[in-house]
Amino acid sequence: MAVTEEAGATHAAGKSERSLRLAAWRRRSPPVLAAIAILLAWQLGVMLFGVPAYIAPTPLDVLGEFGREYKLLFDNLVPTALESLAGFFVGNLVAVLIAISFVHNKTAERAFYPLAVFVNTIPILAIAPILVLIFGNGFAPKVMIAALICFFPTLVNMVRGLESVSPQMLDLMRILSASKSEVFWKIRIQSSLPFLFAALKIATTTCVIGAIVGEWIGSNFGLGALILEATYNFRSPLLYATVFVASGLAVVLFASVTAIEKRLIRWKPPTAH
Amino acid sequence: MGATAVMEPEVVADSGSGALILDDVTVRFETDSGPVTALENISLAVEEGGFLTMLGPSGCGKSTLLRVVADLVAPTSGTVRVLGGSTEQARTDRAISFVFQDATLLPWRSAIDNVRLPLEVGRSAGGRVGPRTPEELLDLVGLAGREEALPHELSGGMRQRVAIARALVTQPRVLLMDEPFGALDEITRDKLNEELLRIWRETGTTILFVTHSIPEAAFLGKRVLVMSANPGRCRDLVDVPLAYPRRLRDRESIEFVKIAAHLRELLESC
Ligand SMILES: Nc1ncnc2c1ncn2[C@@H]1O[C@H](COP(=O)(O)OP(=O)(O)O)[C@@H](O)[C@H]1O
Ligand SMILES: [Mg+2]
Repeated sequence: MAVTEEAGATHAAGKSERSLRLAAWRRRSPPVLAAIAILLAWQLGVMLFGVPAYIAPTPLDVLGEFGREYKLLFDNLVPTALESLAGFFVGNLVAVLIAISFVHNKTAERAFYPLAVFVNTIPILAIAPILVLIFGNGFAPKVMIAALICFFPTLVNMVRGLESVSPQMLDLMRILSASKSEVFWKIRIQSSLPFLFAALKIATTTCVIGAIVGEWIGSNFGLGALILEATYNFRSPLLYATVFVASGLAVVLFASVTAIEKRLIRWKPPTAH
Repeated sequence: MGATAVMEPEVVADSGSGALILDDVTVRFETDSGPVTALENISLAVEEGGFLTMLGPSGCGKSTLLRVVADLVAPTSGTVRVLGGSTEQARTDRAISFVFQDATLLPWRSAIDNVRLPLEVGRSAGGRVGPRTPEELLDLVGLAGREEALPHELSGGMRQRVAIARALVTQPRVLLMDEPFGALDEITRDKLNEELLRIWRETGTTILFVTHSIPEAAFLGKRVLVMSANPGRCRDLVDVPLAYPRRLRDRESIEFVKIAAHLRELLESC
């Protein structure tokens, strides 16, 4: 019996480093190859059918625009990145704090959860102008829109995560005469982390959307404003370049959160053997 | 009846002293479909250092009985005394430990840190480590060298061993085990059975052990409580007059086979 138990534990370590690297490449190559194929098809398609650049620029046009306008792109990336990050932190922090208060106080949950659902049902595009009217033209409304868009998924996930503790674990803690705060710090917080990170990953992309939507409404800075300007002036290569920068921002945020998650959560929920 | 001595359930209650005394305990749950009587008029005494195994059809209240002793469920009527005091007293004194069917480990804590958990929470927080350190306990359950392993890196049997080490770290005087090996394969279960007997003899803990397996009940217990369902009652209490230390091969002895057959008969007539 000891043999079978050991075999299971050491199985993964048996593979050679080379075959591991090969497996990693096999995992990663399909998306890379697919992206290259799409770019090639796009370039050739536009050239073959003679589509004018203001309707659809080629990837090379866009690349050229990056070279010419990198300063303009960068200067507009900075405010959008700051708004996205600030919105990300504010929205998620508030969501986490409210989730914690819900878990500690069921009355608060019953009172405010429906309200949170209601706020979430209002389209962000409808809230944005209202916030701009109230808070003016600076950073504040953009950060608020970005925060608002992050808020709800994190709230829902965090409440679920904090409540994901098994009844048996709670029995165990009662037998140990553990206090409510010990259960919270030793069990609930840790159990909620996988749920929290699932929500944070969603928030990395939505906070950028929030910031850009905020910039669409009467703003003269940021990637959102640049998108509008490029569109009105038929500068399609610049428009495309801006879109790529915006999605690049979201990708960087996503990758950072994923990296933090990998460092923080090394465990897996145990599976039945 | 041969080797088995049968006592009437009423006779059991008469011993006034004991690690565990249940007197006329009834537990009723209010559910949406009306009240459910999980236990009815249970009287039972287990002596200090005893090993009582419990058999019975599902739903006959075996888990409920353990949960009453552990102060997780309050009896609707009747009294429960643990080590001469109330169940709450026993719980807050850390006199009781519970092992569940599922190891119930914290998946983000290493084996050793899971064993340490009871020392970090509740009144004994601050680390009242007994004669056996968490390291020694992992060694006792045969997991020396796997201290830093996370639960998902351990097999089901190993996780259950960690749970047992965790239950022992507070030096409980009463150990409650609810089908602890029910989810394990037979070979692992046999091995853990032998180890549990060794640990029991080394620690002198009083053990209440619920199982679905007749051989397991007869192999481990000094006595076997057979329960019947709807409502949960004591059907019979059977002595197992086999001397300890018991070896797995003792299960092939005539005496053991007779006891097992008798238990099966009792269960079938439930
Ligand atoms: N918390 C509870 N609420 C309602 N009914 C319960 C509860 N716990 C147990 N029961 C009922 O009590 C009976 C005995 O359950 P249990 O002690 O778990 O049986 P066993 O462990 O022997 O299978 C069952 O009918 C079960 O449905
Ligand atoms: Mg049960």
